[in-house]
Amino acid sequence: MTAPVDVTAALQAKFPSVTPRPSGDHVAVNVAAADAVAALKYLRDEFAYDLLVDVTAVDWAENASPRFTVVWHLLSTSGHTYLRVAADCANDAEPAMATVTGLWPAADWHERETYDLMGITFTDHPDLRRILMWDGYPYHPLRKDFPLAGIETALPDIEVAEETGAAVLPAPMMGGPFVASSGEMNLTEAEPRAKDESWNERSAKRE
Amino acid sequence: MATEFAFPDNAAKTAANAPAEFQTEKMSLAMGPSHPSTHGVLRLQLELDGEIVTKCDPVLGYLHRGDEKIAENMTYNQFVPYTDRLDYLAPLANNVAYAIAVEKLAKLELPPRGQAIRVIISELARISSHLLGLGAFAMDTGAWTVFLYQFTEREKLYKLFEELTGARFTTSYTRIGGVARDLPEGWTGRVEAFCEQFLPILDEMLEMLTRNKIFMDRTVGVGVISREDAIGYGLTGPNLRGSGVPLDLRKDKPYSGYEQYDFDVPVGTKGDSYDRYLVRGEEMKQAVRIVRQAIAKLPGGEWYAKDAVRIFAPRKEKVLTSMEELINNFMIVTEGPQMPAGEVYFEAENPKGALGFYVVSKGGGVPWRLKIRSPSFCNLSILPKVCQGNLMSDVVAILGSLDFVMGECDR
Repeated sequence: MTAPVDVTAALQAKFPSVTPRPSGDHVAVNVAAADAVAALKYLRDEFAYDLLVDVTAVDWAENASPRFTVVWHLLSTSGHTYLRVAADCANDAEPAMATVTGLWPAADWHERETYDLMGITFTDHPDLRRILMWDGYPYHPLRKDFPLAGIETALPDIEVAEETGAAVLPAPMMGGPFVASSGEMNLTEAEPRAKDESWNERSAKRE
Repeated sequence: MATEFAFPDNAAKTAANAPAEFQTEKMSLAMGPSHPSTHGVLRLQLELDGEIVTKCDPVLGYLHRGDEKIAENMTYNQFVPYTDRLDYLAPLANNVAYAIAVEKLAKLELPPRGQAIRVIISELARISSHLLGLGAFAMDTGAWTVFLYQFTEREKLYKLFEELTGARFTTSYTRIGGVARDLPEGWTGRVEAFCEQFLPILDEMLEMLTRNKIFMDRTVGVGVISREDAIGYGLTGPNLRGSGVPLDLRKDKPYSGYEQYDFDVPVGTKGDSYDRYLVRGEEMKQAVRIVRQAIAKLPGGEWYAKDAVRIFAPRKEKVLTSMEELINNFMIVTEGPQMPAGEVYFEAENPKGALGFYVVSKGGGVPWRLKIRSPSFCNLSILPKVCQGNLMSDVVAILGSLDFVMGECDR
């Protein structure tokens, strides 16, 4: 196997959009969304990155742009090296990315999960359904604008919902969780506080 | 009606390819979510032609708790108990994998003793997980005795875990930068004693299955996963090695000092359910080997990283008497250990396969994004392919041989 440094150089020679990505550990590259599938295929065929370990996405904040980045982790079963490939989704409101199910069947479920929890549409995916949440669930829970407690939602089974009048309710957080926010900020802002203290189990949330 | 998949026997093939007027109606069957052989809450939406599975659609999410969302809302150390509940048959191994991932982000290096402790607990967790996997697999294929044998052994392991961590099941033993406490006095001796008596019992257990006519009939040649499929579907752990791919992260990407230990990586040749069983059996013996070596050369010294003072709460007597420590304690408790910005991905060779954590940090005490790559999720994704064309009763054997845990799959 070639040295990891060469992978970035070789990729850059073939795909001008490739740039090195800051990383705490493995070799990582950024690639334009349009080149993503071709670059991954090139990595699989020429550099023996044959095992697709993981497909996921990061939401960089509600008002960030680009907001969503899709991240692939590859492992070479012969060279024993990891590689991280990341591509920003062009559209922040309706993020989309080309599917890699044609290259690795493993991508099928990973992409379904990313679609389910992050709301990224993988174009040409053969069977893009929700996988962890139920069919028909209206939100994408891992997005940063989705509250930890959840949002009131109708039960998946309409008959049961009508009969019982029950619904999926936000979790009672008792004003918690008490955590500091992520990111570098001054101490006053970083002071841990409840995410939303306006309501708890005794007094209802103000509308 | 020509179909592509391999049939269990010629009679089945003839039946499937019979003219249309002899074809019968397909049956749709929901196997699970509470079915004894789905080991948790997995639902298989099967389409059956007689006894043959023509389509299998796994339905997941019955145990989805949103662990990744929860992780974004708590400090790094607070998330350790949640890792217990991923693969709840090997919580210690999950604790270790998570801690190493965050330590990579924090650039913390554990001293040899801390690493050796983690190796010992990971391997004990592997034995405990494989034992249950084996027992449940045997029970699914009709051998009840093994299940009782292995639970006796797991009980002994639980006693050791309880002594070490204070909990039998939800251990939460690691911290970022170390482990919660050092090994108790005399604990390694008791682990040694366990290993001593365990090996003959393990042999006895395996003897009950390895040349067992019924067990072999149920598993040999059933659920064959080719090498290419195993890699393509992202299988890891014993399931990948059962298909003949010698990928073991302990050997190939050594972490926590695994490179010092001498052990073999068993691989299968055919990739059927029987091979996966053989691989797990041998892995337990290798795990015992590793535990023995780790105990034999267990180094002294500290069991947490030197730089971890930023992370560990200071000693109580210091907090009560010294200003510095009081402030430090306050900051750690309220804000969590401060991490640099960056992103890391770490996978550990867990009993079920490679458990990975992708941590994205923007700095501060809380991860911005924590993705859990669970081996059971990936291992199950091959089900639609491997179940197709098999007998309904073989689905049970295939599920048992894949050894998955839904707590980890659904997260």
